[in-house]
Formats: sequence, structure tokens, C-alpha cells
Amino acid sequence: MPDSVRRRNADGAGSLTTTDIAASYKRQFAASRAGLPGAGLRWLNDLRDDAIERFALTGLPTQRLEDWKYTNLTPFAKTQFNLATAAPARIDRERIERFLLRGVPHHQLVFIDGRYDASLSQLGTMPAGLVIRSLAAILDEGGEEFAEHFPRVGVNRDQAFAALNTAFMADGAFIRVGRGVCVEEPIHLLFVTSGATATATQPRIFVIAEAGCALTLLQTYADVGTDETSSLTNAVTEISAAPGAIVRDYKLQREGTGAFHIATTAVRLGSDAVYDSFALAVGARLCRNEIHAVLDGGGIGCRLKGAHLLRGRQHADTTTVIDHARAGSRSEEDYKCVLDDAARSVFQGRIIVRPDAQKTDARQMNRNLLLSRQAQADSKPELRIEADDVKCSHGATIGELDANSVFYLRTRGIDEKAARNLLIEGFIGELVDEVHVGSVQVHLRQAMWSWLSRSRA
Amino acid sequence: MAAKVETLETVDSVTGDYKYGFVTDIESEMAPRGLGEDTVRFISEKKREPGWLLEWRLRAYRAWTKMSAPEWANVHYPPIDYQDIYYYAAPKKKGGPKSLDEVDPELLRTYERLGIPIREREALAGIAVDAVFDSVSVATTFRGKLAEMGVIFSSMSEAVHEQPELVRKYLGSVVPYSDNFDATLNSAVFSDGTFVYVPPGVRCPMELSTYFRINAAKTGQFERTLIIADAGSYVSYLEGCTAPMRDENQLHAAVVELVALDDAEIKYSTVQNWYPGDKNGKGGIYNFVTKRGACRGRNSKISWTQVETGSAITWKYPSCILQGDNSVGEFYSVAVTNNRQQADTGTKMIHIGRNTRSRIISKGISTGHGQNTYRGLVRVLAGAEGAHNYTQCDSLLIGDKCGAHTVPYIEVKNPTARVEHEATTSKISDDQLFYCRQRGLNAEDSVTLIVNGFCRQVLQQLPMEFAVEAQKLLGVSLEGSVG
Repeated sequence: MPDSVRRRNADGAGSLTTTDIAASYKRQFAASRAGLPGAGLRWLNDLRDDAIERFALTGLPTQRLEDWKYTNLTPFAKTQFNLATAAPARIDRERIERFLLRGVPHHQLVFIDGRYDASLSQLGTMPAGLVIRSLAAILDEGGEEFAEHFPRVGVNRDQAFAALNTAFMADGAFIRVGRGVCVEEPIHLLFVTSGATATATQPRIFVIAEAGCALTLLQTYADVGTDETSSLTNAVTEISAAPGAIVRDYKLQREGTGAFHIATTAVRLGSDAVYDSFALAVGARLCRNEIHAVLDGGGIGCRLKGAHLLRGRQHADTTTVIDHARAGSRSEEDYKCVLDDAARSVFQGRIIVRPDAQKTDARQMNRNLLLSRQAQADSKPELRIEADDVKCSHGATIGELDANSVFYLRTRGIDEKAARNLLIEGFIGELVDEVHVGSVQVHLRQAMWSWLSRSRA
Repeated sequence: MAAKVETLETVDSVTGDYKYGFVTDIESEMAPRGLGEDTVRFISEKKREPGWLLEWRLRAYRAWTKMSAPEWANVHYPPIDYQDIYYYAAPKKKGGPKSLDEVDPELLRTYERLGIPIREREALAGIAVDAVFDSVSVATTFRGKLAEMGVIFSSMSEAVHEQPELVRKYLGSVVPYSDNFDATLNSAVFSDGTFVYVPPGVRCPMELSTYFRINAAKTGQFERTLIIADAGSYVSYLEGCTAPMRDENQLHAAVVELVALDDAEIKYSTVQNWYPGDKNGKGGIYNFVTKRGACRGRNSKISWTQVETGSAITWKYPSCILQGDNSVGEFYSVAVTNNRQQADTGTKMIHIGRNTRSRIISKGISTGHGQNTYRGLVRVLAGAEGAHNYTQCDSLLIGDKCGAHTVPYIEVKNPTARVEHEATTSKISDDQLFYCRQRGLNAEDSVTLIVNGFCRQVLQQLPMEFAVEAQKLLGVSLEGSVG
């Protein structure tokens, strides 16, 4: 135990730079504020000013905070990012071809260095009541729609990275699906970083799903730079699902191993809504997926699933909070992680059952597969239960590949590497199988295969 | 079947409210109220301690003045005024008692009322008892018989004089004096406690037991227990606790250190029944205890079993440091919170040696406005080849004003480790209740029966006499929770 104390103390010493960072970000904000979309809007300026003040107040999170106990941002603090988006690079279609969704008609929005690129994007069939737009365009036009819907979800405004995003958000997607509209074609948001050093992109995604509608969202984060380029993606997604809406939210993160990827998702669900999410991550040097879901009604089905495939010195952190605020809803969580080399994974899952949320059914599972001696997995599943008539369970396992299974495959003439890959594919694959849209499944599987093809013998 | 009927009868026989809430009218000798270096010196002088121990206490005291009380636990209480506590209270006596006959009969009567077989003739149960009254040990039984086997079982203050090398070698070796806020305070002002040494190859012939009793008002109890099981030995140790009913809160900050050398086994059982406060949360004991065992040797084993029914606040994490290869750590716990009681308890299992194994079974029961938190850490270090942990935390909620929380921390740095964690939360189902009612049991008996079943895995670990007592306690603690 003393070593952890020492480690924490060392971080404490690093917190000096945290203040420096806050000051530097504040300066960058002051310099770039006038150039941000919607700069003429008073209410938006107030919002941004408030956000940067909140960020400055907390600074970068340190490991002293319970929510960041296992994720050290010191390497992050060493890079001076350019938060204000410069003019985005021009990228040819060929270079992003491999990140595109194939097979079925879909809506495609491409963002280069965080800014919407109309020439690479195309919208599919638009049913009446569906709005898909670039956030920058909406803000430049006066942002009325944005202003109307902004308070509906409400990401925690004191959360440091969400606040930073609010201050600097320059673009992103605004999606609204009208009452009872079923959007059949998946909406693919592709975020590509061009690879200039120290680029930071801070996309903001709004999804407003009106009562009884249905949509499938896919976000892909990739870069076309060299692997070592250090970049930052600080994305915030806010999803509001009215009663009976069905939102499927899939994500693939395959940035280079120099990237920092921080994603915060806030979800608010009304009665009988369905929220189904799956996130696959194979990239980034440090990746944090944080999801806060509020189940504000009965009959809701909320499923949070995800998988990380990590090697080298990659670090991935999944932090979730599921808040059962009302009676009679279900939530299900399953996160898996495969770790090779000196990779580290963190899972922090909290389930809250409020006093009125009787008949809640909440299940949570975290499973980790360690492939190497240096890999490390930390898991903190957490239940906070204030109602008595509930069914809640959580589980966590950490272990290595079962030697018997490998042996069985070897006896069938399959070589060691293929046998191990087959088992890993089975381990992760069962989650990918649950993805509802076939083309999205293929999209995710390809990233998984490409990771596996680079695994050691 | 007969056993169950008997259990229910014993539950019935207990009249409900806290039955240990009486006060013994006995003259006490106290240290001046408050805490300063003088207090530490006063205690040390009272006990005629050697210089090194006073130095150690003072180091702890100085460290403590620089610390602040931790706030991360899920327990809420007004700040404690550490200057408003008596740090030393002892029944007045002239010279130390040489035999039981010299012990104040008032004291013996107290322990009789508590049901403790302190007189040897009554001790047919075969349990050797060390009774700690407020701050000092008043009587230790069966010492002669134990000494024949080479087992040392004495109060801590005697051990300091009689076994200085052992005490000096092991005191603070598991829980260092600056470990945490409450342990540091304990290191500065600990007044007495129990010392056990079991020599190599000896299987301690009887259960050793300490009964703790807080009697005087406004006193804190700071006892320190040190148990050393030398190579190949075995010892089973029990502790029980009670306190009078008072309106103010009293602090109990104890430290327990266990050391198991090669092939040794220590079984440590606690039935904690400090006064829990009244229905509105007035009064009760703050039970802030540091318990830690070190499995230093190969194949050693430490097993903690606790039944926590008392205290206004229970805040403790009996832990195992599994250093020796093949060593085993176990933690079995039942924690009940009723009325306004709060509990934040669990364990830490630190796997250092190869093939170390640990097992955690925790049962939390919340009723009334009780808040019950399981908080535990399982850490597997890089060298802990083949380590295995199994954790099961179950919570039972009775009523809709209470809360159950589970916060496990799992940290694994070795791929060969197998770590499994399971947790469930449930309530007593209507079907279960209906079944019992239909067999003619009233609602309260039914709940007791079901809860006893829920806790069985843990209660089984207790020595027989304690298991019966624990079942009774569960029944009492749950009273008023239904109907």
C-alpha cells in the first residue's frame, strides 16, 4: 500500500502544472473567443464564459478525485494543446475511405479536425421530422434550436472536460428526430484528425429524440496522421430520449497511439425509452469514456456495453453512472477489456437506485483478459441502493486466457496465435453480436480484426 | 428442526431493547479530560512503561496532531471533540489483583450480568477470558493452564513488562503508529488490551476471548490487541463488546494486529454489540477500529469473522496482508444496521506472495433508517503468481428507508491471478414470508429465521457458543423492523 500513497503524492506535486494548464487554457480562450461559432450570441458567450471559469476552478482532474483514482493525467498535462481550432486541413476522400461505413445507405457527416466538411459528407433519405445539421451552422444562424434544446439533457457542468468542451465547442452534430419518426438509415458521424501536432478537437453532439421515434447513431473517431502524433479529442454527447424513443448509440474509437481521447456522454431517458450503446476502442494512448445515464421514468431499458482492445502502453478508462431515478426500469451493463503488453484498463461503474425507484432491475458486469505479465486491470463496480424492492447485481472478473481452451484448439491443428485470437474474438465478439445493425457490426468487427492481426504469435 | 425451535426460543427470551445498557457504579480513576502530551505521559507513567514505549507513544501523538480525520467513508457524524474525552479510566484498586478473589465483586457481578464466565469454576465452556473494563484489563482466566503449553495470554500492560522483546518486536509492525488517524490516536493513548503469543507447533487448547466493556461516561476506549502465532501454531480468538446506554456518543478506536508465521493459523472472531444508540440515533458508540493481519510465513492463514450488530457507527476494515507463499486470508462478515445506525465496513486483501488465496463473504442487512456500505479492496501485486480471490457481497434490505451500498476496489497486476467478485441486493420476498407465516410463525420470527438463513455462511464460521449468541443478537437488532 505505501507505493500507492507515494504515487498519489507524486501526482500532488504535478498539480502545480494543473493550475498552469488552467491559466493557459484561459488565455487561449480569451484569444480565440471572438472567432468561435455563434460569437455574436450573448447567451452563448455567457455559457462559454461560465464554463471556462468552472474549468479554471477545478483544473485538470487529479488522482485524488475518487472519479479519477486510477487514471493519471500527468502525460496529458505535458502536452500544450492548441484548443482553438485552426482552419481544418484538406483531406482527400481516399484517405478516409477505410473509415467509412459500407454496404447500406446511410447519412454520413465527416468532420476534419473537428469541423464539418460538406464536400465529404452526404445525407441519405430524410424522412419528415428529421433534422441533421452541423452545430456550427446552427450557431452561426442564431442557434435558436440549440438554445431551445440545450437544457434538456444537461451534462454535469462542473465536470472539467465537459466544461472545457462547452467553452471551446466549435462544431459537431445536431440531430433531432420528430415524434414517431423512424430513421431507418444509420447516421454516421466520422471525426478525422489530420495529424498536425497538438491539435485539439472538441466536438459536441446533440441528439433530441422525440416521443416514439427511433434512430441509430454511429460515431467513428480516427486519424490520418502518424501513430505518434499527440492530439486531443474531447467530445461531449448529449442525448435526450422522450418517452418511448429508441436510441442506438454505437461508437468506434481507432485513433493513433499518441492521441488522448476523452468522451463524455450524458443521457436522459423518459418512460419506456430504450437506450442501447456499444463502444469499441482500439486506439489512443489514453482513452476515457464517461457515461452518465439518468433513467427518469418507468419501463426504460438502458444497455451500456463496450470493449477495449489494448496493447503497448495504452490506458483505457470506462466510467459509468446509471441513475435509476424512478420505479420500474431496467439497466444492463457489460464491459470487457483485452490487455496486452503494459496496457492498463480501468472500470468504474456506479449504479444508483433512488429511494423511489422500486422494482429496479440493474445488472453490471466487467470482465478483463490479461495477456501479458505487465498488463494491469483495475475495477470498481459500485452499487448505491436506497430502495428495498430491487434486483441489483454486479460482477467483475480478471484473469488470463484459459490454457485448456487454447490447448483444445491446438489439438485441432490450430496454431497458437490463431487459437488465442479465436478465443479473444469470441470473448469480445459476443458483445459485437448484439449490435442491431449489420453494417455497423461489420464496421466494428473490421477494427477488431485489424487489432488481432497485429497481435504477437 | 429442534435447533431452529431452540433458536427461536432464545430469540424470544431476549426482551428487546439493549439489555447491556446498565451502568456499574464503581469508583474510577481517570486521567484529566482532554488530550495533550501530558495525557500520553500520564498513561505511560500509570502503567510504569519502559522509555521506548513512551517515546513511541509520543511519536504517534505528534504525528496525530498533524493529521486530520478522514472524510471519505459513507458515514456521517458531527465532528468529535477530542478534548472532551477521558483517555484513561480504570476501576480504582489498591495494587494489582493477584487472583480473581481480589477482583472487586461489583466488577465480577457486571461480567456475570453480561453472561461472561469469568470465574474459572463457571468456565466450563473452556474459554479463557481476558476482561477489559473501560481502559484496563481486570481479569484474565486460565492463565496457568495456558502457560503450561507455553501460550502467553495476558493483558497488554503485563506483556509490556513480562515479554518486552516480543512486544517491542511486533507492536506496530502490522499497523504502524502513523497508519491512519484513529490508529495513530490509539498508538498514542492505548491503555490496555490483550497480548497472545502461541509458541511454535502449539495448538492452543482452548478458545481465547476478550470481553470489552465501556462503563464510565465520556471515556474513549483505546485498546490494543497483538496476537502472534509462531510457526505451525493455531489459535482461535474471540472478542465481544458492550457498553451502557448513554445519550452522548462515545469513541472506541482500537487497533488489532495479527502476525502468522510459517504454517500458522489465526482465527479471529468478533461479536460486536456496542450500544447502538436509541431509535432516533441519539447516543451510541463510534466504532472506528483498525484491524490488520499479516500472513508473514508460508502456508499461513488468517481468518476474520465478524458479526456487527451494535455501534451507532461501525467503520472498520479487517485486512489481510498475504506475504507468505500459499498463504490464505478469509473475511466473513455480517453487518446489521437498524434505526439510525451506519456501517461502512469490509476488508482489504493484499496478495503479495505466490499462490495466495483469499475469500470474502459479506452479508449486509439494512433496516429502519440504517445505512450499510461494503467497501473492500482486493489487490494482486505483480509477484503474486497464481493468486485467487473470491468475493461475494450480499445485501438484504428490509423497509424502504434504508440503504445498501457496495464499493469494491479490484486491482490486478498479475495475469495468472483469478479474481471474482459477485454482489447481489435483494429484499425478503413476500413468498418467503408467506411460507413462514403459513407455518404459524409470526412476522418477526419469520424475518429472524430468514435473516439467519441469509447469514448462515458467516455464522457457521463462529465457534459454537458465539454462533448462538450471534443469532440472538441478530434477532434483537432486527426487532421492530417489520409489522
